[in-house]
Amino acid sequence: MAVYINTPFTTADAENIKAGDTVYISGTIYTARDAAHKRLCELVSQGKELPFDVKDAIIYYVGPTPPKPGMAIGSAGPTTSYRMDAYAPTLMDMGLRGMIGKGKRNEEVISSIKKNKAVYFAAIGGAGALLSSCIKTAEVIAYEDLGAEAIRKLTVENLPVVAVIDTMGTNLYEVGRKAYLESQK
Amino acid sequence: MREINAADITAAVSRLCIEANCHLPSDVKNCLKQGRADETWETACDVLDKIIQNYEIADKNDAPICQDTGVACVFLEIGQDVHINGDLTEAVNEGVRRGYTDGYLRKSVVKDPIDRVNTGDNTPAMLYCDIVKGDKLTITVAPKGFGSENMSRIAMLKPSDGIEGVKRFIINAVEEAGPNPCPPIVVGVGIGGTFDKAALMAKKALLRPLGEHSEKPYYAELEKELLNSINALGIGPQGFGGRTTALAVNVETMPTHIAGLPCAVNINCHVARHKTEVL
Repeated sequence: MAVYINTPFTTADAENIKAGDTVYISGTIYTARDAAHKRLCELVSQGKELPFDVKDAIIYYVGPTPPKPGMAIGSAGPTTSYRMDAYAPTLMDMGLRGMIGKGKRNEEVISSIKKNKAVYFAAIGGAGALLSSCIKTAEVIAYEDLGAEAIRKLTVENLPVVAVIDTMGTNLYEVGRKAYLESQK
Repeated sequence: MREINAADITAAVSRLCIEANCHLPSDVKNCLKQGRADETWETACDVLDKIIQNYEIADKNDAPICQDTGVACVFLEIGQDVHINGDLTEAVNEGVRRGYTDGYLRKSVVKDPIDRVNTGDNTPAMLYCDIVKGDKLTITVAPKGFGSENMSRIAMLKPSDGIEGVKRFIINAVEEAGPNPCPPIVVGVGIGGTFDKAALMAKKALLRPLGEHSEKPYYAELEKELLNSINALGIGPQGFGGRTTALAVNVETMPTHIAGLPCAVNINCHVARHKTEVL
């Protein structure tokens, strides 16, 4: 099913999405990958304020290429998500509602997704040129020293993603493969 | 003795970094189109359509196909009758520096694996040099993304594991990787040699055009069999389910020790980039 959402991404929106749905996201999302997650979680452990409000937010695991003159951003597809597994539950406990990446998540992340009513989305890995066309503005809001890994505030229009793990913990990587294999019997 | 100037090497490497990152080789495009034609699962068809659309946009806009423009793997085949005027390693690194800066490519290299401070210009290149006959210099740049590199595996199998052990190890590596390396993937395999030679063969196997099989008939058959087995796993494009898990399996082999059966699997995503120039 195709679902269109606008940020902020509320619990009600999240509960409306099922694993396998194609979801088009519009509004504000934030980029963060390995190094930025490490810093965000250090701030949390020190009880300090984060550079953006994570409540009902969506984080996109991406390190874009530099924009050419006149462009908002360069190519911007997802990076592999499991490297953020150590940090994701902390952020979900603070209200993070959506994550966009690609690839498997561990059991702790899946439990946290269910507990916090969040959704894990996948964008198409290796489709950075295509995904970039849905990003209208990009602004570095923290950790500029990290270059591609800095935190950017993005305005997106109909960014196409697929819901992989929904609020019930249903996992497309398992059910999608199983359904295909059963269709071949 | 033929003379080649370091500056010409720098210019070629710079061009190749940009070209390889923005334009997918035609054999990879053909494989993706064939994969789409053979695919029956709806979600998988949709993903493959978007992957094809993506490389078309990259071609049209001279844009990086993927944001992970990789670590620059640079393969040099240096003719033994060539003399390089200047510092070869520095010439290659300067080419990478210019290509990644002028081409608006992502700088993805950190200076120290623990300290992790970005070098800022994607240097150093991962440089591989072979001395060959003749008076030419062949330069291949293969930008390697790490989503797929991280899913690569090596095993020092026992001779008694035999061909069945080899097949099991390769298929397990692909199955464990699942959606992580951005399927449909290209599987590079190196069998034999030593620990390091097996890994290097697996990496070089990724440079062989897709659809071109091993010259050794036994291994050509193995490549076909492994591709069928992998595409029966059901992982599919991006791991959402479907037939097209791999585009090709390329196997390279060499002699090894009586006590060993090294086997390495180097995985590439569908953005199987590389470009070559001969000086």
